[in-house]
Amino acid sequence: MDARFWLIQAFNGISYGALLFLVGSGLSLIFGVMRIVNLSHGSYFLLGGYVALSVIWTTGSWLLAIPVAAVSVALIGLVMERVFLRPLGFDPLRQVLLTVGFAFLFQQAALDIWTGNPFDINPPAALTQSVVVGGLHLPLYRIFMIAVAAFIGLALWLVMEKTRLGATIRATVDDAQMARGVGIDTSYISMLIFALGAFLAALGGVIGGAFLGVYPGLDFEMLPIAFAVVIIGGMGSLGGAAIGALIVGLADNFGKALFPEVSYFTLYAPMALILAVKPTGLFGRE
Amino acid sequence: MSMPRDRTKILIVVVALAAVVLVVPHTTSFIILLATRALAFSILVMSLDLLLGFTGLASLGQAAYLGIGAYLTAILAARYQVGLGYDFWLVILSGMLGAAALAALFGLLATRATGVYFLMITLALGQCVWGLAYRWNSLTGGDNGINLEHRPKFGIDLANPVTFFYMVFSFFAVALLVLYTIVRSPFGRSLVGIRERELRMKILGYNTWLHKYLAFVIAGAFGGLSGVLWAHTAGIVSPENVVLTTSVDALLMAVLGGAGTLVGGAIGASVVLFIREYLSTLMHGWQYVLGGVYVLVILYLPGGLMSIPDRVRQWRTAQSNAADGQRLAPVQH
Repeated sequence: MDARFWLIQAFNGISYGALLFLVGSGLSLIFGVMRIVNLSHGSYFLLGGYVALSVIWTTGSWLLAIPVAAVSVALIGLVMERVFLRPLGFDPLRQVLLTVGFAFLFQQAALDIWTGNPFDINPPAALTQSVVVGGLHLPLYRIFMIAVAAFIGLALWLVMEKTRLGATIRATVDDAQMARGVGIDTSYISMLIFALGAFLAALGGVIGGAFLGVYPGLDFEMLPIAFAVVIIGGMGSLGGAAIGALIVGLADNFGKALFPEVSYFTLYAPMALILAVKPTGLFGRE
Repeated sequence: MSMPRDRTKILIVVVALAAVVLVVPHTTSFIILLATRALAFSILVMSLDLLLGFTGLASLGQAAYLGIGAYLTAILAARYQVGLGYDFWLVILSGMLGAAALAALFGLLATRATGVYFLMITLALGQCVWGLAYRWNSLTGGDNGINLEHRPKFGIDLANPVTFFYMVFSFFAVALLVLYTIVRSPFGRSLVGIRERELRMKILGYNTWLHKYLAFVIAGAFGGLSGVLWAHTAGIVSPENVVLTTSVDALLMAVLGGAGTLVGGAIGASVVLFIREYLSTLMHGWQYVLGGVYVLVILYLPGGLMSIPDRVRQWRTAQSNAADGQRLAPVQH
């Protein structure tokens, strides 16, 4: 185990973290705004990958697949929030249970439409090469993942911090009741954030499909990892999601490489401890 | 005033259980196995109901305790040939104690949280157990799990499906009785008080943390019992038993049947297992049925299937009131 090992593992961890940021940031914002745990978030990730596959099969364009998948899953999220979650009003437990019911429905729909076979999303040849940096072979695709996450993160940060819409979202996260009191349409914000969360998860699904694959069961594998990101980082906070994603990505990679037998334990035990000590997460807003 | 109603309800449950125990053994071997599975899993769902329905704590990690019971049974049987004779009773005991011990540990963390945070902390704790089951190959057999080749034999031979059904049924009945006694005791009443308004109970001088903690440990113990039975029912123990979706299943079954009713959990478990294992052989897309049932019940029947009789009664009262209103209407004019 020399320096190369550590560098490669760190790079892999960071690029995995980039993917986790896409999934986790949406989940985190949904929790922040609606105070619900969206258990169909893993399904959005998986559906994103599947829709992208269909687009690639019909048009052959990977570049087109990314926005089409993200937008169509965002629409699914939007409809779900408007038609099913909203009528329940403020009843987090029922809303959470409802998202599970949908996760099962999506699972079956995915089986019917895309069969149970595992697929891979092949990115364009240009992205499958690797670059040599300081004697290390780094896959270009993983660099691309980091770039996408950085771009999305920056865009979200700008919207959240610099625009009026962002300010109303932050106000809703901090105190929804007060936000309603000063005239913010929190129902509209919820819809927007839910769709955005679905959009980001699906985006993650397309991009992650190249190295995780797209297969039945991926939804419920991704879900708890996304939760770890959100909880370690802090719920309702973008910066927290970024740090959480980085920590989980690195912990997952080093855990699997160094102590494989307890690798998941080393991921979830800290998550439980953090929740017990500081329920809003390490960097969450109080 | 509510006593006669309660007595009727108890009578209905007893009659229904008697019907199950009398009818099921004379059906096909498939139905017997299905009923056995439903009864074993029902114990887990009822244990969760103690938390969800009576204490107001929605746990997303209840499968962990089933896992402890099941893995303990499988490891003892496959590695050390323990628990295949009269010592099966020791395995039952240690499964319950082991799960209770884990719950005693997890409860220290989990009972600090409420609401959605409790949901997530139990999810994280459940994932810890899953992670170990999945990855700790040398102990758990990893993804392949552990096969149980023989069921215990002590005077009676549990390899016989009907005998085994009777045994699981007995455990189910005892678990139901014990849990019912708990929720009707002053302790159980305090739990309901905590569910309704914890602050008020605190002000009244109750140690609400201790109540919740004890409920958590008791639920864990019954989860362990369910696990021991499940291991011998399925004949294999794998990470599948402790994965997140198993905990989710238990939670949905409790809500589907009716949270806070105990027997609702058994009904929920039976309905879900019936759809999943029986309907799936008859029709394609059974999962739409299952998902659809979940969504509809959560949207339109928050009290679960057990609330249907009350709903019908309310509806009838409303109908007869409306009819009265119509008859009276001309008089008012």
